Amino acid sequence: MIECKELTKRFGIIDPLSINDYLEQDGYKMIQKAIKIGPEKILNEITLSRITGRGGAGFPVSIKMKSFANETGVKYVICNADEGEPGNFKDRYLMENDPHQIIEGMLISAFSTNASKGFIYIRSEYQNAIKIMKHTIEEARKNKFLGENILKTNFSFDIEVRRGAGAYVCGEEFALIESIEGKPGRTRVKPPFPSQKGVFGLPTLINNVETFSNLPFIIRIGGREYNNIGSDFASGTKLISLSGNVKNKGLYEVSYGETIKDVIYILGGGIPNDRQIKMVQLGGACGVVIPQSLLDIEIDNERFHIFDSKIGAGALIVIDDRHDIFDIILRNMEFFEHESCGKCTPCREGHGQMVNLVKKFVNYDATHKDYLSLKSLANVIHETSLCGLGQTSPSSIISTMEFFPEDYEKRIEESGKRGQTNG
Amino acid sequence: MSLEKILTKYPQKKEYLIEILLDVDEDKSNHFISEEEVITIAKHLNIKESHVCSVLSFYTLLSSKQRGKHIIQVCKDVPCYLNDDFNVVETISKHLGIEMNDTTDDKMFSLEFTACIGCCENAPAMRINNETYTNLTKDKVIKIIDDLVGGNS
Repeated sequence: MIECKELTKRFGIIDPLSINDYLEQDGYKMIQKAIKIGPEKILNEITLSRITGRGGAGFPVSIKMKSFANETGVKYVICNADEGEPGNFKDRYLMENDPHQIIEGMLISAFSTNASKGFIYIRSEYQNAIKIMKHTIEEARKNKFLGENILKTNFSFDIEVRRGAGAYVCGEEFALIESIEGKPGRTRVKPPFPSQKGVFGLPTLINNVETFSNLPFIIRIGGREYNNIGSDFASGTKLISLSGNVKNKGLYEVSYGETIKDVIYILGGGIPNDRQIKMVQLGGACGVVIPQSLLDIEIDNERFHIFDSKIGAGALIVIDDRHDIFDIILRNMEFFEHESCGKCTPCREGHGQMVNLVKKFVNYDATHKDYLSLKSLANVIHETSLCGLGQTSPSSIISTMEFFPEDYEKRIEESGKRGQTNG
Repeated sequence: MSLEKILTKYPQKKEYLIEILLDVDEDKSNHFISEEEVITIAKHLNIKESHVCSVLSFYTLLSSKQRGKHIIQVCKDVPCYLNDDFNVVETISKHLGIEMNDTTDDKMFSLEFTACIGCCENAPAMRINNETYTNLTKDKVIKIIDDLVGGNS
């Protein structure tokens, strides 16, 4: 059994629309415990847990929360449910199967940091999740878990659902904040960080759906115990969205430290039609592409030394040997070209140029000079873009250049031959 | 629902612009925001018309051009591509006789690409208005479209 069901343990057991089902499964007991132990102890448990953000960037949650807790005045807590990274669907599962767990996580965050207002920003494509979350908030209000004087204390907190309108970049924290303010989703220059100056210019704590869902669990078992789950390098469990050319596509929760290979072959049941894996893309379209020989790598966020690579939000896209790496890269680059917000030059101009260069490889029309241009352009975009979109988008190019050099060489050689015949 | 009704649904604050635009788009069978609506919304929220237009053009789900009653959005990202062994787009395109980003003459269907809609475990997938369709096969795609045609006649 390599699955470790903690955040997903109520999936299928409770009716997500029923607050009573959640209450019967110890629901909202952790906010009661949190109120009893107080903000300082809560933040201490979160620090001990060593939990990192589950949206992809993997920033330590306790650092963000403590800096936010020190701010005064009106403060906001935002749940980032704008899951748009291709290959990821974990946040949708969390919202559709255990929505009160997310609300409870937001409550624990708000109580421990003295915030009074919350938003859940959900992409409009997730219609079902939007309906469920709106219903869940209503139910929580009716049962006095949201609103004024929660659980007869002087803690007040309420949540509003806001919809995205089809912009991937709004998953980036400042783009999301701009969108909540009713503007185009274009990022801001940091610092100041959202915890100091976020939505409406006020301190804002913004976390991913899965991160919030972890908080009741941390409060239940304690930070030290939580830290024992996983590997020495990353604590807790991770939701993995397994897709592509694999038999049992779906959502799996494993503790950190399991290998990618085990997830694909034990949970995923391997590759259909006895095919071989050509490559696996980690994290989504913005993630690195690794060859079969590296599948023994463990799932965590710190040990991948290859080009900042991370498991990110937890997507594993399995690609079998029928597929060409350049087709896959082209799809990724066209995606980013479309989704770039246009604010900074490297990302706005660079993606179009990368698409042109990758097309040359797809069309057997590439030279060694194109290879060098693509390599340098990918690195420039990675290093100089303003937000996470451009900083991570060239990952599939940079990693395939490292792991599949023969594919590039062969394509350039083939291009030369075809050019001669055609010319 | 009329635009006036939609406007009363939300507090009169500029932060609700995207919510209002989404509602108007959803409410109209031709799924677009007209120039008059831009003017009315700008006045109501006390913002510049150019700001409304910048939001309108930024977000993919919003449109300033008339679209079909049913907007078919096919996922073009890698997880769906890897599982698409019959070519979803070509199937729809042939069946309706329109190209990508076109609308049928009877204004019933528009064909668009969408970024990943988070149904990768049941790929290939598409969305028509607010409905998501997964595990697509050639027959299934044709039946979904024919059912919509039938439901409208």
